[in-house]
Amino acid sequence: MAAVALAPRSRPRRSPLRRVGPWLFFVAMLAVALLVLLPIIIIVFTAFKPVAEVNAFPPSLLPTDWTLDNFTRIFNELPFGRLILNSFVFAGGVTLCALVFDSLAAYVLARVDFRGSRILLLVIVASLMIPFQATLIPIYQLVADFGWVNTFWGLIIPRAADAFGIFFLRQFFLSLPRDLDNAARIDGASEFRIFRSIVLPNAVPALLTLGIYTFVNNWNDLLWPLVFTTEQEMGTITSGLTLLTGPSGIIPYGVMMAGSLIAVVPLAIMFLFVQRRFIESVASTGLK
Amino acid sequence: MSASATEAPRRYRPPAQLGGRGPIRGKAKRRLTIIGFLVPTMTILVLFVFWPMISALRLSFTDASGFGREEFIGLDNYVEIFTDPGILRAMGNTVLYTVLFTPTAVILALVLALALNSPRLPFRGVFRTWLFLPFIVSLAVAAFAWQYLLDPQVGLLNYWLQGFGVSIGNVLQDPVLAMPTVVLVAVWKNFAFYMIVFLAGLQEIPTSLYEAARMDGAGPWSRFRNVTIPLLGNTTGFVLIIATIAALQAFDQIYVLTGGGPYQSTQTVVMQIYQSGFKDLELGFASALSYVLLIATLILSLVQFVVTSRGEKDAG
Repeated sequence: MAAVALAPRSRPRRSPLRRVGPWLFFVAMLAVALLVLLPIIIIVFTAFKPVAEVNAFPPSLLPTDWTLDNFTRIFNELPFGRLILNSFVFAGGVTLCALVFDSLAAYVLARVDFRGSRILLLVIVASLMIPFQATLIPIYQLVADFGWVNTFWGLIIPRAADAFGIFFLRQFFLSLPRDLDNAARIDGASEFRIFRSIVLPNAVPALLTLGIYTFVNNWNDLLWPLVFTTEQEMGTITSGLTLLTGPSGIIPYGVMMAGSLIAVVPLAIMFLFVQRRFIESVASTGLK
Repeated sequence: MSASATEAPRRYRPPAQLGGRGPIRGKAKRRLTIIGFLVPTMTILVLFVFWPMISALRLSFTDASGFGREEFIGLDNYVEIFTDPGILRAMGNTVLYTVLFTPTAVILALVLALALNSPRLPFRGVFRTWLFLPFIVSLAVAAFAWQYLLDPQVGLLNYWLQGFGVSIGNVLQDPVLAMPTVVLVAVWKNFAFYMIVFLAGLQEIPTSLYEAARMDGAGPWSRFRNVTIPLLGNTTGFVLIIATIAALQAFDQIYVLTGGGPYQSTQTVVMQIYQSGFKDLELGFASALSYVLLIATLILSLVQFVVTSRGEKDAG
């Protein structure tokens, strides 16, 4: 059947290899993709394994008895509900603040001509080159002086605006046509109204891109929550999970994988819903 | 609505951007709004980006320790950085990490991006999604998963490798293999990011160029060599530099997996900053080390800037 169906389409010069080629290619990529996914697969399956199977030899991929024990244990060993909440407040708070403050500044830098605007932009772009790890100690001292260690303020405020976001949004605002805001200005609209009703609604794709980027980075960050929180209760999922790998020797893999799964699921859900934008977000944030 | 309702009688005066003498509403009011827009952002940037930069530089010339008086000690911290064998080791390790990480991650990303860009691959979209997944996993969580896979007793990957007659032992306790292992975790987590950037670069190459090359009788290798490579030069330069900067900042998975050991073999600069600054409270010394990192990053960023702007000139 297949041969008959294909016969009229195949041109005389097409060798059999050329027809099988794509499928060999496919199988090779499948092997690579499975290998790449192995750590994620192991997290998912191990999370549902009973302790005996987690530490069994020879090791297996799939659990024979599916159980939720690891999930109950992680909520007993760590204040995990609190950590989940903290992660949402921290990553969500930083994202929200950064979007508001960055877009306000970006609007001014893209739309208003004032003396010193070029220098201001240059200074902001230059600060992009400073890795936060290099200024962590003075930032910590400042946060400590404000009495913000172990508070959401300390986690969120130092990151409530960032140079990258300002630059990224400015570039996007520049690409929006100015006719609309000039018309609004002639009609007597205030700058804030132009910003809120004309520029922002047109910048939703850029805001979403920047929002995803900021949320994922903060949700996954380890060093930041590690430094600004010393109490277990104020940590994030990412920093809290590292407490499980003590120097005690035996590593509770099952519990760790259950915690890891919980850490990954919110981002995975986000990824599924806005997959195309998610990937574009990475491409465009990378290109700027 | 309310803003325009309270408006005084409207008179047409072209806005500044149109070459008029000033904005429609009071110049002072508009200026106030602009300042209001900038104040929150600039306050945060000044307090938490610019001031810390100056503050770190000042601290780096002192023996600040978190308590007691801090004395000005000149370049002593910097002298220590470049003479202390432990610190030199950490810098050497960071270079080794970078040399292992950057080429591996970038080549893997390029190869997979080329594969994903090929129209001959069935289900390209599905593969793109799959291969991107590691990027949403944090380095810490990636480290847990790899630790379990490579566990000498119960690790699945270790067990499979033994089936092929390869015995790797306890990689995280091995002074030679620990470094490649923490690099492996970072490559796994980050290659997807570079891959997507490459993919975006590949999609910008006009297909007409490939068709023209084919008309001229160029084979697949020649098309890759003479069309793809030159036109991807900018993207490659960019990816190489962001990968190198990321490598200089290696911390998360090392903190989780080895804590810098065994025998300091995975101790990196950022691990050392964390240890000196937040565990040993040698704030002055840690600040000096931070500045070394800052300057290294700055140099790389400037190189990137020069490379990118040169590329743009070429294109234009």
